Amino acid sequence: MLAGEQGAGTALAMRLIVRAAEAQDAERLIPVTGAHVDSCLYHGEATIDFVDRLVDGAAQVRVPTTLNVGAVDLLHPELWRGDAGLAARGRRLMEQYRALGCRPTFTCAPYQLADARPGLGEQVAWGESNAIVFANSVLGARTNRYGDFMDIAAAVTARVPDAGLHRPEHRLAEAVIRLADDVPASIRADDSLDPVLGVIVGRLAGGDIPVLVGLPSGLAEDRLKALGAAAASSGAVALLHVVGSTPEAATLEAAVGGQAPIAEHAVTMDDLRRVRRELGGEAGGPLVAVSLGTPHASAAELAAVADALGGRRVATGLEMLVSTARDLLTAAEATGVAARLQASGVELLVDSCSYISPVLRQPGGPVMTNSGKWAYYAPGNIGATVVLGSLAECVESAVAGYVVRDGSWDAA
Amino acid sequence: MNARLLAPGSVTAAALVLDEPLSLWGGLDPATGAVAEPRHPQHGEIVTGRVLVMPAARGSSSSASVLAEAVRAGTAPAGIVIGEPDLILAIGAAVAEELYGVQLPIAVVSPAEIGQLASGVAVTIGPEGVSIS
Repeated sequence: MLAGEQGAGTALAMRLIVRAAEAQDAERLIPVTGAHVDSCLYHGEATIDFVDRLVDGAAQVRVPTTLNVGAVDLLHPELWRGDAGLAARGRRLMEQYRALGCRPTFTCAPYQLADARPGLGEQVAWGESNAIVFANSVLGARTNRYGDFMDIAAAVTARVPDAGLHRPEHRLAEAVIRLADDVPASIRADDSLDPVLGVIVGRLAGGDIPVLVGLPSGLAEDRLKALGAAAASSGAVALLHVVGSTPEAATLEAAVGGQAPIAEHAVTMDDLRRVRRELGGEAGGPLVAVSLGTPHASAAELAAVADALGGRRVATGLEMLVSTARDLLTAAEATGVAARLQASGVELLVDSCSYISPVLRQPGGPVMTNSGKWAYYAPGNIGATVVLGSLAECVESAVAGYVVRDGSWDAA
Repeated sequence: MNARLLAPGSVTAAALVLDEPLSLWGGLDPATGAVAEPRHPQHGEIVTGRVLVMPAARGSSSSASVLAEAVRAGTAPAGIVIGEPDLILAIGAAVAEELYGVQLPIAVVSPAEIGQLASGVAVTIGPEGVSIS
Protein backbone atom coordinates (compact mmCIF):
# COMPACT_ATOMS: atom_id res chain seq x y z
CA MET A 1 0.00 0.00 0.00
CA LEU A 2 2.86 2.37 0.85
CA ALA A 3 4.38 2.02 -2.60
CA GLY A 4 1.24 3.42 -4.15
CA GLU A 5 0.24 0.45 -6.28
CA GLN A 6 -3.22 0.73 -4.73
CA GLY A 7 -3.49 4.42 -5.40
CA ALA A 8 -2.23 7.67 -3.92
CA GLY A 9 -5.08 7.88 -1.39
CA THR A 10 -4.34 4.47 0.10
CA ALA A 11 -0.62 5.28 0.20
CA LEU A 12 -1.36 8.49 2.13
CA ALA A 13 -3.51 6.55 4.61
CA MET A 14 -0.75 3.97 5.06
CA ARG A 15 1.87 6.66 5.70
CA LEU A 16 -0.29 7.93 8.55
CA ILE A 17 -0.65 4.41 9.98
CA VAL A 18 3.13 3.96 9.87
CA ARG A 19 3.63 7.32 11.56
CA ALA A 20 1.15 6.25 14.24
CA ALA A 21 3.01 2.97 14.77
CA GLU A 22 6.22 4.92 15.31
CA ALA A 23 4.53 7.29 17.75
CA GLN A 24 3.13 4.32 19.69
CA ASP A 25 6.35 2.26 19.56
CA ALA A 26 4.41 -0.60 17.95
CA GLU A 27 6.36 -3.45 16.40
CA ARG A 28 3.74 -4.48 13.89
CA LEU A 29 0.36 -3.69 12.42
CA ILE A 30 -2.75 -5.81 13.02
CA PRO A 31 -5.91 -6.11 10.91
CA VAL A 32 -9.19 -4.51 11.98
CA THR A 33 -12.64 -5.75 10.97
CA GLY A 34 -14.49 -2.45 11.12
CA ALA A 35 -14.19 1.27 11.70
CA HIS A 36 -16.23 4.19 12.99
CA VAL A 37 -15.11 7.49 11.51
CA ASP A 38 -15.43 10.83 13.30
CA SER A 39 -13.51 12.82 10.68
CA CYS A 40 -16.75 13.77 8.88
CA LEU A 41 -17.42 16.63 11.31
CA TYR A 42 -16.16 19.92 9.86
CA HIS A 43 -13.32 21.57 11.78
CA GLY A 44 -12.05 23.96 9.14
CA GLU A 45 -10.76 23.79 5.59
CA ALA A 46 -7.94 21.40 6.53
CA THR A 47 -10.54 18.68 7.13
CA ILE A 48 -11.86 19.17 3.58
CA ASP A 49 -8.36 19.39 2.06
CA PHE A 50 -7.57 16.03 3.67
CA VAL A 51 -10.66 14.14 2.49
CA ASP A 52 -10.30 15.64 -0.98
CA ARG A 53 -6.77 14.20 -1.12
CA LEU A 54 -8.14 10.76 -0.24
CA VAL A 55 -11.01 10.94 -2.71
CA ASP A 56 -8.84 12.32 -5.50
CA GLY A 57 -6.36 9.53 -4.75
CA ALA A 58 -9.12 6.95 -5.33
CA ALA A 59 -9.09 5.63 -1.75
CA GLN A 60 -11.90 3.36 -0.58
CA VAL A 61 -12.53 1.83 2.82
CA ARG A 62 -11.57 -1.86 3.07
CA VAL A 63 -13.79 -2.74 6.06
CA PRO A 64 -17.39 -1.90 6.98
CA THR A 65 -17.22 1.69 8.21
CA THR A 66 -19.88 3.76 9.95
CA LEU A 67 -19.82 7.56 10.03
CA ASN A 68 -20.14 9.76 13.09
CA VAL A 69 -22.29 12.87 13.27
CA GLY A 70 -21.60 15.71 10.89
CA ALA A 71 -22.34 19.40 11.09
CA VAL A 72 -25.70 19.21 9.33
CA ASP A 73 -28.91 17.17 9.56
CA LEU A 74 -29.01 16.15 5.90
CA LEU A 75 -32.60 14.91 6.22
CA HIS A 76 -33.90 18.03 7.99
CA PRO A 77 -31.73 20.89 6.68
CA GLU A 78 -34.39 23.41 7.72
CA LEU A 79 -33.32 22.90 11.36
CA TRP A 80 -29.99 24.70 10.67
CA ARG A 81 -30.02 28.24 12.05
CA GLY A 82 -26.45 29.24 11.29
CA ASP A 83 -24.34 30.53 8.42
CA ALA A 84 -25.37 28.95 5.09
CA GLY A 85 -21.80 28.82 3.81
CA LEU A 86 -20.68 26.89 6.85
CA ALA A 87 -23.54 24.42 6.40
CA ALA A 88 -22.46 23.88 2.80
CA ARG A 89 -18.90 23.11 3.88
CA GLY A 90 -20.14 20.73 6.56
CA ARG A 91 -22.40 18.97 4.05
CA ARG A 92 -19.61 18.66 1.49
CA LEU A 93 -17.34 17.00 4.05
CA MET A 94 -20.06 14.46 4.94
CA GLU A 95 -20.64 13.66 1.27
CA GLN A 96 -16.92 13.17 0.60
CA TYR A 97 -16.76 10.54 3.34
CA ARG A 98 -19.66 8.72 1.69
CA ALA A 99 -17.62 8.79 -1.52
CA LEU A 100 -14.88 6.83 0.29
CA GLY A 101 -17.38 4.00 0.80
CA CYS A 102 -18.37 4.78 4.37
CA ARG A 103 -21.94 3.97 5.39
CA PRO A 104 -23.95 7.18 5.92
CA THR A 105 -25.03 6.36 9.47
CA PHE A 106 -24.09 9.81 10.82
CA THR A 107 -24.48 8.75 14.41
CA CYS A 108 -22.31 9.04 17.51
CA ALA A 109 -23.87 5.79 18.76
CA PRO A 110 -23.14 3.23 16.00
CA TYR A 111 -23.30 0.52 18.66
CA GLN A 112 -27.09 1.00 18.62
CA LEU A 113 -27.22 -0.31 15.04
CA ALA A 114 -27.56 -4.09 15.28
CA ASP A 115 -25.32 -4.74 12.29
CA ALA A 116 -22.55 -2.38 13.39
CA ARG A 117 -21.77 -3.86 16.81
CA PRO A 118 -18.36 -5.52 17.10
CA GLY A 119 -18.14 -8.59 19.31
CA LEU A 120 -16.08 -9.46 22.37
CA GLY A 121 -12.37 -9.33 21.57
CA GLU A 122 -12.90 -7.99 18.03
CA GLN A 123 -10.21 -5.57 16.80
CA VAL A 124 -11.71 -2.35 15.41
CA ALA A 125 -10.72 1.28 14.81
CA TRP A 126 -13.27 3.66 16.26
CA GLY A 127 -13.39 7.41 16.62
CA GLU A 128 -15.78 9.50 18.79
CA SER A 129 -15.01 9.41 22.49
CA ASN A 130 -18.33 7.98 23.70
CA ALA A 131 -18.37 5.31 21.00
CA ILE A 132 -14.79 4.31 21.85
CA VAL A 133 -15.57 3.84 25.51
CA PHE A 134 -18.77 1.92 24.67
CA ALA A 135 -17.03 -0.39 22.19
CA ASN A 136 -14.22 -1.19 24.62
CA SER A 137 -16.23 -1.35 27.81
CA VAL A 138 -19.74 -2.57 27.02
CA LEU A 139 -19.03 -4.69 23.93
CA GLY A 140 -15.51 -5.79 24.90
CA ALA A 141 -14.25 -4.93 21.43
CA ARG A 142 -10.75 -3.48 21.18
CA THR A 143 -9.93 0.01 19.96
CA ASN A 144 -7.64 2.83 20.92
CA ARG A 145 -8.81 6.44 20.90
CA TYR A 146 -8.64 7.10 17.19
CA GLY A 147 -9.24 10.67 16.25
CA ASP A 148 -9.58 12.67 13.12
CA PHE A 149 -7.58 11.43 10.10
CA MET A 150 -6.41 8.28 11.92
CA ASP A 151 -9.86 6.67 11.93
CA ILE A 152 -10.31 6.93 8.17
CA ALA A 153 -6.67 5.94 7.58
CA ALA A 154 -7.38 2.73 9.54
CA ALA A 155 -10.59 2.14 7.57
CA VAL A 156 -8.79 2.57 4.23
CA THR A 157 -5.85 0.33 5.16
CA ALA A 158 -7.75 -2.04 7.50
CA ARG A 159 -4.67 -1.85 9.72
CA VAL A 160 -3.75 -0.30 13.05
CA PRO A 161 -0.58 -0.39 15.16
CA ASP A 162 -0.50 -3.31 17.60
CA ALA A 163 -0.47 -1.14 20.71
CA GLY A 164 -2.47 0.06 23.68
CA LEU A 165 -5.99 -1.31 24.15
CA HIS A 166 -5.60 -3.70 21.22
CA ARG A 167 -3.40 -5.79 23.52
CA PRO A 168 -5.09 -7.68 26.38
CA GLU A 169 -2.36 -6.88 28.90
CA HIS A 170 -3.14 -3.17 28.50
CA ARG A 171 -6.86 -3.55 29.23
CA LEU A 172 -6.69 -4.31 32.95
CA ALA A 173 -8.17 -1.84 35.42
CA GLU A 174 -5.67 0.42 37.15
CA ALA A 175 -7.83 2.76 39.23
CA VAL A 176 -10.59 1.39 41.49
CA ILE A 177 -13.46 3.84 41.98
CA ARG A 178 -16.04 2.82 44.61
CA LEU A 179 -19.38 4.34 45.46
CA ALA A 180 -19.16 5.01 49.19
CA ASP A 181 -21.55 3.39 51.65
CA ASP A 182 -23.46 6.64 52.14
CA VAL A 183 -24.78 6.51 48.54
CA PRO A 184 -28.26 4.93 48.92
CA ALA A 185 -29.61 2.21 46.66
CA SER A 186 -32.25 4.61 45.34
CA ILE A 187 -29.55 6.87 43.87
CA ARG A 188 -27.57 3.94 42.49
CA ALA A 189 -30.70 2.78 40.67
CA ASP A 190 -31.55 6.23 39.23
CA ASP A 191 -30.39 7.33 35.77
CA SER A 192 -29.79 10.85 37.12
CA LEU A 193 -26.66 9.42 38.76
CA ASP A 194 -24.95 8.50 35.48
CA PRO A 195 -23.89 11.87 34.05
CA VAL A 196 -22.71 13.04 37.47
CA LEU A 197 -20.77 9.88 38.31
CA GLY A 198 -19.36 9.72 34.78
CA VAL A 199 -17.87 13.21 35.04
CA ILE A 200 -16.32 12.28 38.39
CA VAL A 201 -14.87 9.06 36.94
CA GLY A 202 -13.29 10.95 34.05
CA ARG A 203 -11.62 13.39 36.43
CA LEU A 204 -10.42 10.75 38.91
CA ALA A 205 -9.09 8.34 36.31
CA GLY A 206 -6.41 10.60 34.86
CA GLY A 207 -4.44 8.39 32.49
CA ASP A 208 -5.45 5.18 34.27
CA ILE A 209 -8.09 2.64 33.23
CA PRO A 210 -10.89 2.89 35.80
CA VAL A 211 -13.12 0.18 37.26
CA LEU A 212 -16.31 1.23 38.93
CA VAL A 213 -17.62 -0.69 41.95
CA GLY A 214 -21.00 -0.33 43.60
CA LEU A 215 -23.55 0.00 40.81
CA PRO A 216 -26.38 -2.54 40.47
CA SER A 217 -25.25 -5.47 38.33
CA GLY A 218 -26.60 -5.88 34.81
CA LEU A 219 -26.91 -2.12 34.29
CA ALA A 220 -28.94 -1.20 31.18
CA GLU A 221 -26.97 -0.23 28.07
CA ASP A 222 -28.44 3.26 28.09
CA ARG A 223 -27.06 3.87 31.57
CA LEU A 224 -23.63 2.52 30.62
CA LYS A 225 -23.76 4.77 27.56
CA ALA A 226 -24.47 7.84 29.71
CA LEU A 227 -21.74 6.98 32.21
CA GLY A 228 -19.11 6.38 29.54
CA ALA A 229 -20.00 9.47 27.53
CA ALA A 230 -19.63 11.69 30.59
CA ALA A 231 -16.36 10.03 31.64
CA ALA A 232 -14.95 10.47 28.14
CA SER A 233 -15.93 14.16 28.23
CA SER A 234 -14.28 15.12 31.50
CA GLY A 235 -11.31 12.82 30.97
CA ALA A 236 -9.49 10.75 28.37
CA VAL A 237 -11.27 7.53 29.35
CA ALA A 238 -11.32 4.93 26.56
CA LEU A 239 -12.22 1.89 28.66
CA LEU A 240 -14.38 1.91 31.78
CA HIS A 241 -14.93 -1.40 33.52
CA VAL A 242 -18.17 -1.60 35.56
CA VAL A 243 -18.18 -4.55 37.92
CA GLY A 244 -21.18 -6.77 37.27
CA SER A 245 -22.11 -5.08 33.99
CA THR A 246 -19.24 -5.06 31.49
CA PRO A 247 -17.79 -8.24 29.98
CA GLU A 248 -14.22 -7.90 31.22
CA ALA A 249 -15.36 -7.07 34.77
CA ALA A 250 -17.52 -9.96 35.97
CA THR A 251 -15.72 -9.36 39.26
CA LEU A 252 -13.30 -6.73 40.53
CA GLU A 253 -10.57 -9.39 40.57
CA ALA A 254 -11.16 -10.12 36.89
CA ALA A 255 -11.03 -6.42 36.00
CA VAL A 256 -7.71 -5.78 37.75
CA GLY A 257 -6.30 -9.12 36.62
CA GLY A 258 -4.60 -9.87 39.89
CA GLN A 259 -2.55 -6.66 39.83
CA ALA A 260 -2.51 -4.17 42.67
CA PRO A 261 -4.41 -1.04 41.58
CA ILE A 262 -2.40 2.14 41.02
CA ALA A 263 -5.08 4.21 42.73
CA GLU A 264 -8.24 3.75 44.79
CA HIS A 265 -10.93 6.38 45.13
CA ALA A 266 -14.22 6.57 47.02
CA VAL A 267 -17.12 8.67 45.71
CA THR A 268 -19.36 9.98 48.50
CA MET A 269 -22.76 11.68 48.43
CA ASP A 270 -20.93 14.97 49.04
CA ASP A 271 -18.82 14.41 45.91
CA LEU A 272 -21.92 13.55 43.89
CA ARG A 273 -23.88 16.56 45.13
CA ARG A 274 -20.98 18.93 44.42
CA VAL A 275 -20.57 17.82 40.80
CA ARG A 276 -24.33 17.57 40.25
CA ARG A 277 -24.62 21.21 41.37
CA GLU A 278 -21.71 22.19 39.10
CA LEU A 279 -23.45 20.57 36.10
CA GLY A 280 -26.75 22.34 36.77
CA GLY A 281 -28.41 19.49 38.63
CA GLU A 282 -29.86 21.73 41.32
CA ALA A 283 -30.98 24.56 39.07
CA GLY A 284 -34.64 25.48 38.82
CA GLY A 285 -36.82 28.02 37.07
CA PRO A 286 -38.07 28.55 33.53
CA LEU A 287 -36.61 26.76 30.50
CA VAL A 288 -36.37 27.67 26.83
CA ALA A 289 -35.47 24.18 25.67
CA VAL A 290 -35.03 20.54 26.60
CA SER A 291 -32.41 18.58 24.65
CA LEU A 292 -32.17 14.79 24.85
CA GLY A 293 -30.21 12.26 22.84
CA THR A 294 -26.54 12.99 23.57
CA PRO A 295 -25.23 10.44 22.70
CA HIS A 296 -27.96 9.69 20.16
CA ALA A 297 -31.14 8.31 21.72
CA SER A 298 -31.65 4.56 21.54
CA ALA A 299 -34.91 2.93 20.47
CA ALA A 300 -35.63 2.30 24.16
CA GLU A 301 -35.03 5.95 25.02
CA LEU A 302 -37.24 7.21 22.17
CA ALA A 303 -40.03 4.94 23.39
CA ALA A 304 -39.46 6.00 27.01
CA VAL A 305 -39.78 9.68 26.07
CA ALA A 306 -42.96 9.01 24.08
CA ASP A 307 -44.40 6.97 26.96
CA ALA A 308 -43.51 9.62 29.54
CA LEU A 309 -45.12 12.32 27.43
CA GLY A 310 -48.19 10.12 27.11
CA GLY A 311 -49.71 12.33 24.43
CA ARG A 312 -49.21 15.59 26.37
CA ARG A 313 -47.77 18.53 24.43
CA VAL A 314 -44.60 20.30 25.45
CA ALA A 315 -45.14 23.77 26.91
CA THR A 316 -45.93 26.61 24.52
CA GLY A 317 -42.75 28.39 23.49
CA LEU A 318 -40.48 25.64 24.79
CA GLU A 319 -38.37 23.75 22.24
CA MET A 320 -37.96 20.03 22.91
CA LEU A 321 -35.38 18.38 20.73
CA VAL A 322 -34.32 14.73 20.67
CA SER A 323 -31.25 13.70 18.65
CA THR A 324 -31.01 10.18 17.25
CA ALA A 325 -29.60 8.18 14.36
CA ARG A 326 -31.37 8.38 10.99
CA ASP A 327 -31.67 4.56 11.00
CA LEU A 328 -33.35 4.62 14.40
CA LEU A 329 -35.66 7.40 13.22
CA THR A 330 -36.73 5.19 10.33
CA ALA A 331 -37.44 2.38 12.78
CA ALA A 332 -39.33 4.75 15.09
CA GLU A 333 -41.44 5.90 12.15
CA ALA A 334 -42.36 2.28 11.46
CA THR A 335 -43.41 1.63 15.07
CA GLY A 336 -45.32 4.88 15.46
CA VAL A 337 -43.03 6.18 18.19
CA ALA A 338 -41.82 9.05 15.98
CA ALA A 339 -45.39 10.15 15.25
CA ARG A 340 -46.26 10.12 18.96
CA LEU A 341 -43.22 12.28 19.73
CA GLN A 342 -43.99 14.71 16.93
CA ALA A 343 -47.64 14.93 18.00
CA SER A 344 -46.38 16.09 21.39
CA GLY A 345 -44.33 18.80 19.70
CA VAL A 346 -40.93 17.09 19.86
CA GLU A 347 -38.39 17.93 17.13
CA LEU A 348 -36.33 14.96 15.99
CA LEU A 349 -32.77 15.77 14.88
CA VAL A 350 -30.62 13.23 13.04
CA ASP A 351 -27.07 13.17 11.61
CA SER A 352 -25.86 15.82 14.04
CA CYS A 353 -26.26 17.09 17.60
CA SER A 354 -27.63 20.18 19.29
CA TYR A 355 -24.36 21.12 21.02
CA ILE A 356 -22.20 21.11 17.87
CA SER A 357 -24.58 22.73 15.40
CA PRO A 358 -26.74 25.86 15.45
CA VAL A 359 -30.15 24.20 15.70
CA LEU A 360 -31.65 25.37 18.99
CA ARG A 361 -33.88 28.45 18.65
CA GLN A 362 -32.44 29.97 21.85
CA PRO A 363 -29.09 28.23 22.46
CA GLY A 364 -28.28 30.45 25.44
CA GLY A 365 -30.89 28.61 27.46
CA PRO A 366 -31.57 27.67 30.11
CA VAL A 367 -31.59 24.28 28.38
CA MET A 368 -32.36 21.10 30.32
CA THR A 369 -30.64 17.83 29.41
CA ASN A 370 -30.05 14.38 30.88
CA SER A 371 -26.57 14.22 29.36
CA GLY A 372 -23.28 14.78 31.15
CA LYS A 373 -21.61 15.20 27.79
CA TRP A 374 -24.04 17.90 26.71
CA ALA A 375 -23.68 19.61 30.10
CA TYR A 376 -19.91 19.50 29.72
CA TYR A 377 -19.58 20.85 26.18
CA ALA A 378 -22.64 23.02 25.47
CA PRO A 379 -21.62 26.01 27.63
CA GLY A 380 -18.37 26.42 25.66
CA ASN A 381 -19.69 25.40 22.25
CA ILE A 382 -23.01 27.21 21.99
CA GLY A 383 -23.03 29.37 25.11
CA ALA A 384 -25.80 27.44 26.82
CA THR A 385 -26.75 27.65 30.46
CA VAL A 386 -27.42 24.03 31.37
CA VAL A 387 -29.88 22.37 33.72
CA LEU A 388 -29.24 18.67 34.36
CA GLY A 389 -31.89 16.11 35.27
CA SER A 390 -33.08 12.56 34.75
CA LEU A 391 -34.89 11.62 31.56
CA ALA A 392 -38.22 11.61 33.43
CA GLU A 393 -37.50 15.04 34.96
CA CYS A 394 -36.60 16.42 31.53
CA VAL A 395 -39.92 15.24 30.09
CA GLU A 396 -41.98 16.62 32.99
CA SER A 397 -40.09 19.90 32.75
CA ALA A 398 -40.70 20.12 29.00
CA VAL A 399 -44.43 19.80 29.60
CA ALA A 400 -44.41 22.32 32.44
CA GLY A 401 -42.07 24.85 30.78
CA TYR A 402 -39.97 25.08 33.94
CA VAL A 403 -37.75 22.74 35.92
CA VAL A 404 -39.67 19.97 37.66
CA ARG A 405 -37.71 17.79 40.11
CA ASP A 406 -38.84 14.40 41.40
CA GLY A 407 -37.12 14.89 44.75
CA SER A 408 -35.04 11.74 44.49
CA TRP A 409 -31.84 13.53 45.56
CA ASP A 410 -33.56 15.40 48.42
CA ALA A 411 -34.37 12.18 50.23
CA ALA A 412 -30.92 10.68 49.70
CA MET B 1 17.74 16.63 26.87
CA ASN B 2 16.87 13.30 25.29
CA ALA B 3 13.70 13.38 23.28
CA ARG B 4 11.68 11.05 21.12
CA LEU B 5 10.27 12.77 18.05
CA LEU B 6 6.61 11.97 17.32
CA ALA B 7 6.84 14.20 14.26
CA PRO B 8 10.09 15.12 12.50
CA GLY B 9 11.61 18.51 11.87
CA SER B 10 14.02 21.07 13.26
CA VAL B 11 13.09 24.41 14.76
CA THR B 12 14.33 27.04 17.21
CA ALA B 13 11.81 29.42 18.72
CA ALA B 14 10.79 31.07 21.96
CA ALA B 15 8.99 28.70 24.30
CA LEU B 16 5.43 29.16 25.50
CA VAL B 17 4.98 26.96 28.57
CA LEU B 18 1.46 25.81 29.41
CA ASP B 19 0.97 25.18 33.12
CA GLU B 20 -1.89 22.75 32.48
CA PRO B 21 -2.75 20.25 29.73
CA LEU B 22 -4.71 21.70 26.82
CA SER B 23 -7.22 20.16 24.45
CA LEU B 24 -6.54 21.90 21.14
CA TRP B 25 -10.17 21.26 20.16
CA GLY B 26 -12.01 23.98 22.03
CA GLY B 27 -8.73 25.14 23.54
CA LEU B 28 -6.94 26.66 20.53
CA ASP B 29 -8.56 29.07 18.10
CA PRO B 30 -6.96 28.25 14.73
CA ALA B 31 -8.16 31.57 13.31
CA THR B 32 -6.05 33.58 15.77
CA GLY B 33 -3.58 31.13 17.33
CA ALA B 34 -4.84 32.07 20.81
CA VAL B 35 -5.39 29.73 23.74
CA ALA B 36 -9.18 29.87 23.80
CA GLU B 37 -10.14 27.85 26.85
CA PRO B 38 -11.35 30.42 29.40
CA ARG B 39 -10.35 28.32 32.43
CA HIS B 40 -6.80 27.72 31.19
CA PRO B 41 -3.97 29.63 32.97
CA GLN B 42 -2.52 30.71 29.59
CA HIS B 43 -5.91 31.83 28.20
CA GLY B 44 -5.36 34.47 25.53
CA GLU B 45 -1.66 33.71 24.92
CA ILE B 46 -0.69 33.33 21.25
CA VAL B 47 0.97 30.02 20.30
CA THR B 48 1.85 31.06 16.74
CA GLY B 49 5.54 30.60 15.95
CA ARG B 50 6.38 29.50 19.51
CA VAL B 51 7.61 26.17 20.79
CA LEU B 52 4.55 25.07 22.72
CA VAL B 53 5.59 23.26 25.89
CA MET B 54 2.93 21.32 27.76
CA PRO B 55 2.74 18.52 30.30
CA ALA B 56 0.18 16.60 28.25
CA ALA B 57 -2.52 16.98 25.67
CA ARG B 58 -6.07 16.48 26.83
CA GLY B 59 -9.57 15.80 25.64
CA SER B 60 -11.04 15.54 22.23
CA SER B 61 -9.73 13.40 19.42
CA SER B 62 -10.65 16.27 17.08
CA SER B 63 -7.49 18.05 18.21
CA ALA B 64 -5.66 16.57 15.22
CA SER B 65 -7.94 18.57 12.92
CA VAL B 66 -7.40 21.75 14.88
CA LEU B 67 -3.62 21.38 14.67
CA ALA B 68 -3.74 20.79 10.91
CA GLU B 69 -6.13 23.71 10.48
CA ALA B 70 -3.81 25.98 12.48
CA VAL B 71 -0.94 25.00 10.16
CA ARG B 72 -3.11 25.76 7.12
CA ALA B 73 -4.10 29.13 8.60
CA GLY B 74 -0.52 30.00 9.54
CA THR B 75 -1.33 30.25 13.25
CA ALA B 76 0.27 26.99 14.45
CA PRO B 77 3.10 26.71 16.93
CA ALA B 78 6.54 26.14 15.37
CA GLY B 79 6.95 22.96 17.37
CA ILE B 80 5.65 21.13 20.44
CA VAL B 81 7.45 19.70 23.46
CA ILE B 82 5.23 17.41 25.50
CA GLY B 83 5.63 15.32 28.65
CA GLU B 84 3.96 12.18 27.36
CA PRO B 85 3.42 10.67 23.89
CA ASP B 86 0.24 11.76 22.13
CA LEU B 87 -0.96 9.95 19.04
CA ILE B 88 -3.57 12.58 18.19
CA LEU B 89 -1.06 15.44 17.91
CA ALA B 90 1.37 13.21 16.00
CA ILE B 91 -1.30 12.50 13.39
CA GLY B 92 -2.28 16.18 13.19
CA ALA B 93 1.33 17.09 12.43
CA ALA B 94 1.68 14.26 9.90
CA VAL B 95 -1.41 15.44 8.02
CA ALA B 96 -0.23 19.05 8.06
CA GLU B 97 3.03 17.94 6.49
CA GLU B 98 1.23 15.87 3.85
CA LEU B 99 -1.20 18.63 2.92
CA TYR B 100 0.83 21.80 3.32
CA GLY B 101 4.47 20.67 3.31
CA VAL B 102 5.09 22.21 6.73
CA GLN B 103 6.98 20.22 9.35
CA LEU B 104 5.84 20.74 12.93
CA PRO B 105 8.25 18.74 15.11
CA ILE B 106 6.80 17.17 18.26
CA ALA B 107 9.25 16.01 20.92
CA VAL B 108 8.48 13.90 23.99
CA VAL B 109 10.69 14.58 27.01
CA SER B 110 10.33 13.47 30.63
CA PRO B 111 7.91 15.42 32.82
CA ALA B 112 10.89 16.50 34.96
CA GLU B 113 12.64 17.99 31.94
CA ILE B 114 9.48 19.86 30.97
CA GLY B 115 9.96 21.76 34.22
CA GLN B 116 13.32 23.08 33.03
CA LEU B 117 11.74 24.98 30.15
CA ALA B 118 10.49 28.50 30.77
CA SER B 119 8.38 30.76 28.60
CA GLY B 120 10.41 33.14 26.45
CA VAL B 121 13.56 31.02 26.43
CA ALA B 122 14.73 29.94 22.96
CA VAL B 123 14.23 26.19 22.60
CA THR B 124 15.56 24.02 19.78
CA ILE B 125 13.88 20.80 18.67
CA GLY B 126 15.81 18.58 16.26
CA PRO B 127 16.99 15.07 15.54
CA GLU B 128 19.46 15.39 18.45
CA GLY B 129 16.67 16.11 20.95
CA VAL B 130 15.57 19.25 22.72
CA SER B 131 17.98 21.93 23.91
CA ILE B 132 17.84 25.38 25.41
CA SER B 133 19.73 27.85 23.25
